[in-house]
Amino acid sequence: MIFRFWGTRGSLPVALSGPGVRDKVRRALQQAAGRSFASDTDLDQFIDNELDFPTSHGFGGNSSCVEVVGGDNYVICDMGSGLRQFGQQVMADLGPGVPQRYDFFMSHVHWDHIMGLPFFAPAYIPGNEIHIHGCHDVMEEAFRRQQSDPCFPVHWDQMGANIILDVIQPDKTYQFGGFDVRAAKQNHAGDSYGYRFTRGGKSAVYSTDGEHTQASEVETKRFIDFLSGADLLIFDAMYSMADMVSVKQDWGHSSNIVGVDMCHRAGVAHYCMFHHEPIYDDYALQKILDETRRYEEIMNRGPALKVSMAYDGLEIEL
Amino acid sequence: MNDRWVDKGMGQMLEGAVDDVRILCPTGRIDHTSVQGFQDDLLPQLNDCHEDGVAIVLDLSKVEYMSSVGLRVLMLAAKQCKGQQGNIVVAALSAQMQEIFHISRFDMVFPVYEDRAAAVAALAKKD
Ligand SMILES: [Zn+2]
Ligand SMILES: [Zn+2]
Repeated sequence: MIFRFWGTRGSLPVALSGPGVRDKVRRALQQAAGRSFASDTDLDQFIDNELDFPTSHGFGGNSSCVEVVGGDNYVICDMGSGLRQFGQQVMADLGPGVPQRYDFFMSHVHWDHIMGLPFFAPAYIPGNEIHIHGCHDVMEEAFRRQQSDPCFPVHWDQMGANIILDVIQPDKTYQFGGFDVRAAKQNHAGDSYGYRFTRGGKSAVYSTDGEHTQASEVETKRFIDFLSGADLLIFDAMYSMADMVSVKQDWGHSSNIVGVDMCHRAGVAHYCMFHHEPIYDDYALQKILDETRRYEEIMNRGPALKVSMAYDGLEIEL
Repeated sequence: MNDRWVDKGMGQMLEGAVDDVRILCPTGRIDHTSVQGFQDDLLPQLNDCHEDGVAIVLDLSKVEYMSSVGLRVLMLAAKQCKGQQGNIVVAALSAQMQEIFHISRFDMVFPVYEDRAAAVAALAKKD
């Protein structure tokens, strides 16, 4: 099972600004310290091995879209703006003439999680089959509204692919695309759902847009049981702990350290932070990653927990 | 109270003239296994934290670490005190607790003092 991240940003896509580019160029030149490079290979090696990650790559700015590779067909969590690039990649790999089946799993239908669909090229190609699974009975209403006048010129009914909406139940295991899939409810405006994917003895949970308040141990324990023993947890770590329990209380998101604590309790092997706050630049995100690793080190009393931060383009193989 | 609270009333011993500061000194590791006791002990202590009552200094020097559930209770405490127009501060963080306060950004929402004496002095000045 491979998780491939096409969009990792929370709430709204972001793009690197001119001043942001300038800042990175400056830092790269400073780190090069006047050195000259004999070949492109030397230059690439410098970029890959010596530049820091925020300068050489960064976390990207597309909203939530994660591909689950290793099943029988394309399986994708959420349809954020990252879906556009995923669609382009599929078209480049296969060409338009090869019909495909896609299984989508929707955490919920907030805008940042559905905005990619109108720009998903395979949705316009007859012959493609797109199954959209989710626990919200308002899914269809959300998709129709997104693609209707006066907000978007191509209407929902004009998409060429065969699109099938499938409302599923949480806490029940289904088989889709070669995976066992189970959903669990999360605390978020209008509710959201996390999904646990299992195949070949490995399992991973995609859990975004969930505010784990930990106010009720019964409720916390319910979700920890859902995460129990997972090889990977992709988790909404949008806010600092202070923000989560003060000014941004009830905004529907969790904090980086809540994720660490839940992983420790649930015996998760790899914790991947996700749904990044749009106001953070790459350097701020890198700092949060470093701090979260330190917090994990302080709090760890059991087996090692790997801590990473999702970025557009990341692949995690289980 | 129980053994989670030692040194209650240390404010008076530290600063003889200051009789309106209550010092609370929780101990040990505060995580999901111990947080309920921490909450049950802490919150009732805050009832007379208001304008005409006491200010609270939470001396955390004996807290080894605190997970997110403990920080959540600290925020409940801060909100309760604020709602009563009272003052609550923390003091004497161990190096590890300082790190946790910084990582969680609690150092941006809680007044943090080097030690009890500094906290008591700061609270006394406000009268
Ligand atoms: Zn979102
Ligand atoms: Zn949302």
